[in-house]
Amino acid sequence: MTNPTLAAGAGAVERHLRSRRDTGRGLLMPYVTGGITPGWTDYLRAFAAAGADAIELGLPFSDPTLDGVTIQQASETALARGASTRRILADLSGMPDLGVPLVVSTYYNLVLHDGPEAFCAALRRAGVGGLIVPDLPVNEADELTDVAAAAGIELVLLASPATPQPRLAEIACRSRGFVYAVSLMGTTGERAALAASAAELTERIRRVTDRPVLLGFGVSTPDQAREARRHADGVVVGAAVMRRVLDGAGPDDLRAFLASLRQALDQECDRAR
Amino acid sequence: MRDMSPWPVPLDGTMGEPRERGRFGEYGGRYAPESLVEACREVDEAFREAWVDPGFRGALARLLAVHAGRPTPLTPAGRLSEALGVRLYLKREDLTHTGSHKINNVLGQALLATRMGRRRLIAETGAGQHGVATATAAALLGLEATVFMGERDIERQALNVFRMRMLGAEVVPVTTGSRTLKDATSEAMRHWVGATGDSHYCIGSVVGPDPYPWMVREFQRIIGDEARGQCAAELRTGVPDYVVACVGGGSNAAGTFAGFADTPARLVGVEAEGGAGAARGRLGVLHGCRSLFLQDDDGQITEAHSIAAGLDYPGVGPEHAHLRDLGRARYVTVTDDEAAGAAVRLARTEGIVPALESAHALAWVIRAAGDGDLPSGSTVLMTLSGRGDKDVSTLKELL
Ligand SMILES: Cc1ncc(COP(=O)(O)O)c(C=O)c1O
Repeated sequence: MTNPTLAAGAGAVERHLRSRRDTGRGLLMPYVTGGITPGWTDYLRAFAAAGADAIELGLPFSDPTLDGVTIQQASETALARGASTRRILADLSGMPDLGVPLVVSTYYNLVLHDGPEAFCAALRRAGVGGLIVPDLPVNEADELTDVAAAAGIELVLLASPATPQPRLAEIACRSRGFVYAVSLMGTTGERAALAASAAELTERIRRVTDRPVLLGFGVSTPDQAREARRHADGVVVGAAVMRRVLDGAGPDDLRAFLASLRQALDQECDRAR
Repeated sequence: MRDMSPWPVPLDGTMGEPRERGRFGEYGGRYAPESLVEACREVDEAFREAWVDPGFRGALARLLAVHAGRPTPLTPAGRLSEALGVRLYLKREDLTHTGSHKINNVLGQALLATRMGRRRLIAETGAGQHGVATATAAALLGLEATVFMGERDIERQALNVFRMRMLGAEVVPVTTGSRTLKDATSEAMRHWVGATGDSHYCIGSVVGPDPYPWMVREFQRIIGDEARGQCAAELRTGVPDYVVACVGGGSNAAGTFAGFADTPARLVGVEAEGGAGAARGRLGVLHGCRSLFLQDDDGQITEAHSIAAGLDYPGVGPEHAHLRDLGRARYVTVTDDEAAGAAVRLARTEGIVPALESAHALAWVIRAAGDGDLPSGSTVLMTLSGRGDKDVSTLKELL
């Protein structure tokens, strides 16, 4: 289903992802928890250099109810280091342009704390293009959608294997940037294999939108990325990155891991063509 | 003699159904991850059907009578009343089977889970009372039970941990964060995401995503409804001047208040000094609902601290936030020491050892009677939410 008017009205994140997808490239969005180490912004540079198409930047929250142990630990570590929305965004300013969009993810309490308007304005000033709020489902999103749009922030909505089809259509329609497909019924965290629900969910999303669809939650290895690419436009890789960071991997080590994911995605799309 | 004017009864403070999208004023809602939204909708649909089904209501009423021992008595606290210069009546939830009001909610949700074809209950617990109640209802109805409990609470509520295991429940220690109720709730929600197909999340208080705050209050309103009838029979005025209950998440208070919200009775919720979501919280979203939560300047939820594990929660149910805004209920705090002192005083004047949670409500009555906040001669209905057996080791260290 192609809808050229939609694409024309799309924001910068969506335009960027669409144009890369349209060249046949599998999209890669690695995740990092802001403030996790003193020089954490080096990870952003390493991700961009390793071929990321967008970067998800987590603002740590005290009660990450949708995250598994790895990102819980990463959040706790960052908070113990004194990380906060304000400090993380301050670290971003003064960074040279990464060349790929930054998408912030965090829990709704942090958005409400500053107020949706001030929060989105601060993201914009720091050069952030998109926002993911996993505990703000579409039925509660009204308060944020227009405010985010007005500030030039693309609010990405999540779809889950449990989402009924009519609701999926609403999510796909109201999501900006891309549609975040949650691959499985569970929390974030590495898994041994890509969930069977991933394929079915992406097919169902495809039926209702031509927006880019990124598959996340559990995607941990190059093989899984390759398999995910058969169904979705790309992958989000969070816990697999953060486990390495927590184990002491620096930006260069991560660059090698991301390059292996990049290569897997590129191979898969060569194979497809 | 007693001036009723300062606390008017606003029209929408009468504790009816929440507005659209599970709202109590601006609070409530369904801020659940997308993976749980459908499960919440199913609970909502099932509860709405069940609650108007005489078959379900009858089955629940019977379980409450033959298994939980309802109705619970209203006990005049004679010696203490005399000493305080007020007329204090205790609604005795401590006399229910399993020893606290938690059983009222759990029997309702467990019956609902059976009706929905679920075979397992998931629960979080702080003091262990909700966990014990859940384990009990699961055993009674042939369901499995998995209870999440903070490591710190496992240490201080060892008796209840044993009871749960004895009843056949699996108790899962939670080792993250403050290792208390807040973290146990987060972990139970995470677990539910992966188990919606066969499990019902049996939340223990008037918190969580819609429909939980409303549903749990409806299952607990039996406290208030019974007490209303008992007060009508017992009191010359029919309705007490004050209705007082302790507030953790706020379920025993909500259930009690629901019976009196449409009367001139003044409603008082008593929080722990270190867990005063209603008295000192700020607007936020946690565990699926929009309400008042203790937070730092960066918007991080702070840890609650209370001698009573069941009050160790940094937030309060959304309906309480609304009742506070309306001025329909008032929320006050008492310290650990005041609560411990009140527990001893009740033991020695009335022969009742209360749960430390319930002792908070009494501590406010004692303080307010002393400083005139509670005019002398007032009639006071206080919900005694649970018995103190679980707290003896905590008290032993203190006394
Ligand atoms: C005896 C007792 N009272 C009160 C509470 C607080 O819960 P709520 O505020 O939901 O009534 C608890 C919670 O564990 C409890 O065990």
